[in-house]
Amino acid sequence: MITLQGLTKRFDELTAVDHVDLTVPAGQLLALLGPNGAGKTTTVRMLAAILKPTAGSARVAGYDVVRDAQSVRRNVGMLTESPGLYERMSGWEYLDFFGELWELPALARQRRIDYLAERFEMQSALGRRLGQYSKGMMQKVTLMRTLLHEPAVLLLDEPTSAMDPASARLVRDMIMQLKSERRAIIVCTHNLPEAEELADQIAIIRQGQIVERGSLAELKQRLLGRPLMEARFVHSPTNGVRELVAEFAEVTTSGPDWVRYTTQEPAQVNPVLLQAFVRADIPVLALEEVPRSLESVYLRVVGQAVGA
Amino acid sequence: MLVQKMFSRFKKLGRQQAAVLRLALVITRREVRDTLRDWRILAPIIILSTAFPFLANFAAGRGLDFVNQYGADLIMTRLFPFLMLVVGFFPSSFSLVIALEVFVGEKERHSLEPLLASPLTDLQLYLGKLFSAIFTPVVASYFAINFYMLLVGLTVGWWPTLSLYAVTMVLSTAQAFVMVSAAVVISSQATSARAANLIASFIILPLAFLLQGEAGLLLFGDYDVLWLIALFLSVTTLLFVRMGIHVFNREHLLGRAIDALDVRGGWRTFWQACWPQQGVKRLYTQDIPRQLRVLWPEIIFTLLVVLGGSWAVGLWGAHFFPLPVDLIALPETLDLESFDTAVQEMGLLSSFSWGALLWNNIRSLLFAAFLAFFSLGTLAEILLLLPLAIIAYLMLQVPSLGISAGQLLTAFVLPHGVPELLAGVLATAQAMRMGVMILRSPAEGGGVSGMIREFGHFCRLFLAVALPLLTIAAWIEVEITPQLAINFLQSW
Repeated sequence: MITLQGLTKRFDELTAVDHVDLTVPAGQLLALLGPNGAGKTTTVRMLAAILKPTAGSARVAGYDVVRDAQSVRRNVGMLTESPGLYERMSGWEYLDFFGELWELPALARQRRIDYLAERFEMQSALGRRLGQYSKGMMQKVTLMRTLLHEPAVLLLDEPTSAMDPASARLVRDMIMQLKSERRAIIVCTHNLPEAEELADQIAIIRQGQIVERGSLAELKQRLLGRPLMEARFVHSPTNGVRELVAEFAEVTTSGPDWVRYTTQEPAQVNPVLLQAFVRADIPVLALEEVPRSLESVYLRVVGQAVGA
Repeated sequence: MLVQKMFSRFKKLGRQQAAVLRLALVITRREVRDTLRDWRILAPIIILSTAFPFLANFAAGRGLDFVNQYGADLIMTRLFPFLMLVVGFFPSSFSLVIALEVFVGEKERHSLEPLLASPLTDLQLYLGKLFSAIFTPVVASYFAINFYMLLVGLTVGWWPTLSLYAVTMVLSTAQAFVMVSAAVVISSQATSARAANLIASFIILPLAFLLQGEAGLLLFGDYDVLWLIALFLSVTTLLFVRMGIHVFNREHLLGRAIDALDVRGGWRTFWQACWPQQGVKRLYTQDIPRQLRVLWPEIIFTLLVVLGGSWAVGLWGAHFFPLPVDLIALPETLDLESFDTAVQEMGLLSSFSWGALLWNNIRSLLFAAFLAFFSLGTLAEILLLLPLAIIAYLMLQVPSLGISAGQLLTAFVLPHGVPELLAGVLATAQAMRMGVMILRSPAEGGGVSGMIREFGHFCRLFLAVALPLLTIAAWIEVEITPQLAINFLQSW
């Protein structure tokens, strides 16, 4: 649904996007992460056929972003970085205006606006001037504008920025639903927990180049090493726990009633280790993977860049 | 069959145009509605459209009372139409700020990107914005003119003739269109609203000069030329619109160019464009021919404006203001000494020497280039047109003396006129190119940097081509033309 091949964008001497290759199939969400100025917005603008690539190619919803720019724009919903609303219009007028630009018939426009207003809990606010909206409400209207024409591809730049937790939850649920409707979605965000929750794939862009790409599990494995497991016991076991674990995995740290270890194959090692604990009469309270966040992955990548 | 085919093709074309216009008008409707809701824009326009007519009416009334004492009421009756034009011009020029904002203002408010991401084509977006920017100035202008007319009619009892009313309305419309179309080009190319507002003076200044010219024509009661001016403005509008659509670029609108002063970079640009980097031989064999190839549209335009315009102005002058026969009577005898004295008596030259002539021509062309900077090149064209219009004016009247205009032209003008005109056309064409560069985006080689580069090209062309031609022309004018003129007079 979205395919980028060697996509490059140069502004005079600055290479904003440098040979980016990505694929986002229908029904998947790719989180595009990266520091400010890394090239996320430029990439998204090229995919929305606003900017023309200097080199390489991209197909969005089956259309080439250069040759079929208008068809691309017709099939893409783009949530811009800044809401950029017309403050003297009411929410309803604003959405109706964009519905007209997408050539939706009047009745379809009205139905669609009503549906989205209900989904985003904005029914009572749409009659008011946009200048009177809170930042979160502005963001909701911008999202409604993005979804108005039911695009096959969504390009969302910071979709939940400025939203309160409840609204952000609502938007995330909406995005999950859109994904389940087999839309291809790219989300640019600095909100890493959100990316972790929503993304099927993650790409980290730095100085215009994709430096890491894969599923969250793959990135963790690649960047943070083998999974870290922790076993907790009902009471402090007598001596020999470290040695016991060490027979199957590499012990990293341990405490009076816990031990942490890493292993390449937790699916094979953990059951065997559990049996060993039972045999040694060590009652196990819990055995689980120590959570390692996307933030750790991101900071590892960006940290390397800073270090370099 | 053929007719049917053509009809269906026109029908298809019509449907396509309608589709383009439909979406453009969606933009227009929104923008106009937005403008009408903004009291900061609306209030000044309403005040200007109503207060100025009141003021103009008051001044006209007092003026009429005054001149009536001396039986010179003709002056005031000729002033009423001019004030009608002025009250229409003010609101339309002030509402130029709307046109200047259409693209760059939205860019600064971050509301442009959603529009750029919509399925609108560049043409639809541009036309939609253009129509919306035109609406308010034209309506304000119409309102002011009609309001003033009503006031004068009711208080003084003066009503314009239908032809005067029509020409005023058409002229005001054409002026608003030309200003707005240029302002929209600026708005789509400027990097900030502040820069756009500053560049707007390039529009207001030539229009203000034009308004003064129109005032003169209204005082003479010559409405035919006003129609011609309206036609000229309409053509200029079309050129601006075409140029605006041509240079419009979604990408540039989202660019983040910074307006920083770069004196060293400016000097480098000028020097590279001006100085023959690869030597004099290459200058004449490659650089200048290449420059002329690039310049040919401006050269054609200048030739058309200068030759066509001077002919038209000369014709108009000869028709409305024919010279008395004794004024254009040629002297029966003339020698070189009296020729020199006659030229000095005209007061144009310090002496009839080739140095004085050369300096006079250099000064004129440099002054024209200077004016081109502030007038999109238009004043440079006008400055070259004026002397030729005078020649045309005179030549059109000599047949009444039984003299062949062609022979007179050959004896008095052509020998030095050919190299002089060539130099003038080339320098003016380059000056015009320099002037219009401000309307192009920096990415397309325009903007201030483009003006500096073209100024460098102007200097190069002037020094390498125009100056030698002017020198030759000045020498011919002093050494050959007087002799030819004397021979002609003796043979006549």
